[in-house]
Amino acid sequence: MRNVWAVATRELRGYFLSPLAYVVIALFLALSGYLFALILANGREASLRGLIQNVSVLYLFIVPAISMRLLAEEQRTGTVELLLTNPVQEWEIVTGKFLASIMLVLVMLALTLVFPLFLFIFGNPDRGPMITGYVGIFLQAAAFLSIGLWASSLTQNQIVAAIVAFALLLVLWLSDNLGQFLGGTIGSIVSYTSVINRFQSFPQGVIQSNDVVYYLTLVLAGIVLSTLSLQSRRYR
Amino acid sequence: MIRVEHLTKNYGARVAVADVTFDVGKGEVLGFLGPNGAGKTTTMRILTGYLPPSGGRAEVAGFDVATQSLQARARIGYLPETVPLYPDMSVRSYLDFMGKIKGARDRRREVDRSMEKARIAHRAGDQIGKLSKGLRQRVGLAQALLGDPPVLILDEPTSGLDPKQIIETRNLIKSLGGEHTVILSTHILPEVAATCSRIVIISNGRVVAEDTPENLDRRLKGAESIAVTVRGPRDQVTRALKSVPRVLSVQAETDGKVGGLATFTVQSEVGADIREALACVVVQSGFGLMELRPAHLSLEEIFLQLTTSDAPAEVAA
Repeated sequence: MRNVWAVATRELRGYFLSPLAYVVIALFLALSGYLFALILANGREASLRGLIQNVSVLYLFIVPAISMRLLAEEQRTGTVELLLTNPVQEWEIVTGKFLASIMLVLVMLALTLVFPLFLFIFGNPDRGPMITGYVGIFLQAAAFLSIGLWASSLTQNQIVAAIVAFALLLVLWLSDNLGQFLGGTIGSIVSYTSVINRFQSFPQGVIQSNDVVYYLTLVLAGIVLSTLSLQSRRYR
Repeated sequence: MIRVEHLTKNYGARVAVADVTFDVGKGEVLGFLGPNGAGKTTTMRILTGYLPPSGGRAEVAGFDVATQSLQARARIGYLPETVPLYPDMSVRSYLDFMGKIKGARDRRREVDRSMEKARIAHRAGDQIGKLSKGLRQRVGLAQALLGDPPVLILDEPTSGLDPKQIIETRNLIKSLGGEHTVILSTHILPEVAATCSRIVIISNGRVVAEDTPENLDRRLKGAESIAVTVRGPRDQVTRALKSVPRVLSVQAETDGKVGGLATFTVQSEVGADIREALACVVVQSGFGLMELRPAHLSLEEIFLQLTTSDAPAEVAA
């Protein structure tokens, strides 16, 4: 656990030593702020539902940018060899990296709390759905980051990692349509993998256990696959 | 301290390391010598637990590098060939991070100590990405020294350094011997002669020779040779030198016309010290003895013989 934390804190500092974190956060805040204002102006409803349902689209672009360098860069510069020739295990590196990206997203989401703050100042919004909505987008970020981490473990090239992550996330987005097209058992299995039905109930104040299980499964899968990918050098 | 037995590594069909066996005793500095692509880095990566061997086994400080990898790794300081650094970090925070990973006790002092030893303390606050190549190498070395590991594995520690830095680094490595067990890989020959107590020469993944620099030298020549510089007519001097007992051959190296000086290489039977006898003969014959010294086949020549000959196995046998 000591190693996980050491890797995580180093990575988080690395984010803020490079311009990447600032650019990503600024972009996310600008886009979500734009959406928030637009939805509010049109709907005149003191809730975050519209925004939270749209954050998923922003993630599609933001998450690959956050996750692309996590393991690709270490593999390119050879620092992964440095870590793995010390008493550190693959899963510790992977978990540490994942935690660092999660912490970055927490910072990012914390800054968006200014939107509900406005709602509280100028209106009387319902607190519950906001909280569950935030839980939802946090879990979704975790799931997406984990997939991005895996993409980053597959290559030494950050751009490739970002594109692969984007493609994987897009597949999760679109698999619902494919499932409906296929129909039957296979169709419902494919539909089940889709993320599109997973972020509907959170902003309505409902936390469904199967949604939580879905996200946590993706997190675990990403971590396990990344670990295997780092270990694969042993079999080549 | 380090025991390597019949180590083999294949990358698919390509054999990178084939049946490599050697031992390194405690406090020894072993030179791991070979041309680029000979399997040096692969062997080191196996020793450091980064790659598993395809066959054979290796032990570091009593721990098998494949089955007790974590324990073995905890006892190794490793400097890979391309020094892996985080360019965004400062020297101190990088070493502090590595100290955490290595679980170094009293980390602050340990970081200071290793920076002092690698002579990088004066740049502790600088960003690594802005350091020169030589300074980065020192940061890598400081990293390897963190936690005072009993075994140090240094992959081409002087590559890319300027001559002054090379000498400094060699002296540092030399001073590490005794306390630490060191494996040092290089394809630069004077390096091993300058720093190592023993040499393993590897070519195409196989050990072609293993000995002390002095013994390698002697064994390869099969004879002792002495260089004699004499003022005097060449033919007469040659004849005089040949008259000394146990001399096998005399060869004039320079043509003797330059200032009447000629250098001769005199080969004698192994173990015979004929220097006094040679000096006697030269002086008694009335020639001027200018210089007399043991001539060594340079390591360069040995290396080339071993790594380019068609039948390296014969030399090793």
